[in-house]
Amino acid sequence: MADNIGSTQETGASLVRPGIFSKLTGELARMPVLVITCCVFLLATFFVFIFAHVLAPQHYAELDLLNRLKAPAFMGGSEQYLLGTDELGRDVLSRLLYAIRMSIFIALLGTSIGAVLGTFLGFVAAHFRGYAEEVIMMFVDAQASMPFMIIALAVLAFFGNSFALFIVIMGINGWENYARIARGMVLGANAQGYVVAVRSLGAQPRRIYYRHILPNIASAIIVQFTLNFPSTILLETSLSFLGLGIQPPLTSLGLLLGSGRSYLLFAWWISVFAGMAIFFTTLSVSILGDWLRDRLDPTLRR
Amino acid sequence: MNLRYVAIKVLRAIITLWMVVTFIFIVLRVSGDPIDTLLPDDSDAETIAYYMHEWGLDRPLHEQYGLYFVSVFKGDFGVSFIDDRKALEVVVERIPATLQLGFAAFVFGVCVGIPLGIVAALNRNSAIDRAMMTTAVLGYAIPNFFLGILLILVFTLWLQWLPSSGSATLWHMVMPVITLGTGGMGSLARFTRSAMLEVLNQAYMRTSRAKGVPRLKRIFRHALPNAAIPVVTCLGFKIGGLISGSLITESIFAWPGVGRLLVTSVGNRDLAVVQALVMLVAFTMVIANLLIDIAYGWIDPRIRVSSQKQED
Repeated sequence: MADNIGSTQETGASLVRPGIFSKLTGELARMPVLVITCCVFLLATFFVFIFAHVLAPQHYAELDLLNRLKAPAFMGGSEQYLLGTDELGRDVLSRLLYAIRMSIFIALLGTSIGAVLGTFLGFVAAHFRGYAEEVIMMFVDAQASMPFMIIALAVLAFFGNSFALFIVIMGINGWENYARIARGMVLGANAQGYVVAVRSLGAQPRRIYYRHILPNIASAIIVQFTLNFPSTILLETSLSFLGLGIQPPLTSLGLLLGSGRSYLLFAWWISVFAGMAIFFTTLSVSILGDWLRDRLDPTLRR
Repeated sequence: MNLRYVAIKVLRAIITLWMVVTFIFIVLRVSGDPIDTLLPDDSDAETIAYYMHEWGLDRPLHEQYGLYFVSVFKGDFGVSFIDDRKALEVVVERIPATLQLGFAAFVFGVCVGIPLGIVAALNRNSAIDRAMMTTAVLGYAIPNFFLGILLILVFTLWLQWLPSSGSATLWHMVMPVITLGTGGMGSLARFTRSAMLEVLNQAYMRTSRAKGVPRLKRIFRHALPNAAIPVVTCLGFKIGGLISGSLITESIFAWPGVGRLLVTSVGNRDLAVVQALVMLVAFTMVIANLLIDIAYGWIDPRIRVSSQKQED
């Protein structure tokens, strides 16, 4: 509690961004083991995301038709294919690494689009109030009341599947959460002393929002990002699992899991490693997100 | 019950439905000629002319918009590519299977999740609490498609106890129900636990204890009804999860329900059926949310009073 007093004094607009990091480094020593494990796992995942092409023993689409459905090395398979091969003799490890890269890439991009779009619309709603706010909040409510997967499937059915459209769909997933948070916090901030002060100094609205309010609400947005990230991964993997998302020859974790479904009896490793990667990634981000939420933003509760 | 509160909620429900219908109308017009997308390719000229007139495609756009509403209310969504039957007919015959599975999964989630949360809250920070919450977090975090695959791997392929596809016997339901219900179970358990903890810390709980009310009565008469309020809203959110979950679950276990129909229809781009299904889901969700809101206002007297002063 004692060192929390020091950090809560940093309520000035420009002080909050470094505040997050100094808090974080201070917290590092007291992080629960579970959270550290999650961080390590996520760092490893991120490492794979960047260096998949270096780490992968083969290209993910390279065929070896004479070595189909070979067991992983630890089950008596050959050293050449550490995690075995799939129905076309492709190396499961290489495919897994590239799939992690693809799924993380889509989730990062999708979540970022949602964050920017949602935060922007939240700001617009809070700035203009009146009809603009009513309309934006009506969309927020409507989207929140429908399972997004149904909307995504409808759009994919009507427009056909393309990579760009798929990314857009991932971006639209979850924007309503950011909009809701940003609107609420901007409305709150507008009534606070520091905003009144810069406004009376003659700052333009854009400057107030971008330079003063945004840094102050950034921690809540970051927390929402970590909460939204797993749901984006799950949406992508679910759709790809059903064969309606990422299309071959590209690969993603969901596609890998789904395509191994027919070979469960002979080659469980095609599906199970991909499933574990999804499970541990989403679990780690959720745990980290919950922990961050409690640490950075005790007032934000769901 | 406060009529004004109900009226506002009903109005919101109608607005949401209107937005969904409008959304589909716009998407249908933007993505191509409705005749091409809603009728099979080999339709004869007579059928095309009939539907051109029936859907009013020969009229101006704003009239089409009005007519679209009429056809939606009449349940006329076009004809399925696959077997030339009315889309609504194709959808309706799949509903019972989905309801059966969804209801069973819901009961599973409630009957396992809520007791788990209550027991964990009553034994806060004990080994029981930790074990139960680990179960809940894992259940909540495991993607349903991975859980389904693991269940098939263990119970069908290795142990050979349970059938993995179809819906012939009660045994066929076991794995789909667990797959569909586990996520809801986990989040319900977590939610119930925190709702219970909040109530247990209230002053009135201490008072009732000081008065000498027996432990079980304290839990069932004082704590549970108050903790039920947030849990009921949480149940409402579960319905959306059940719908998306049924897409995956029914596809994995070849369950002949609406979810699998939607997945195959999207794959085949059978748009008449997709359209009917989206409307069905929207309608279900809106009704469910409405019922939850009304139930919420009914359990929690504070909402009935405050809704007159502040409606946001």
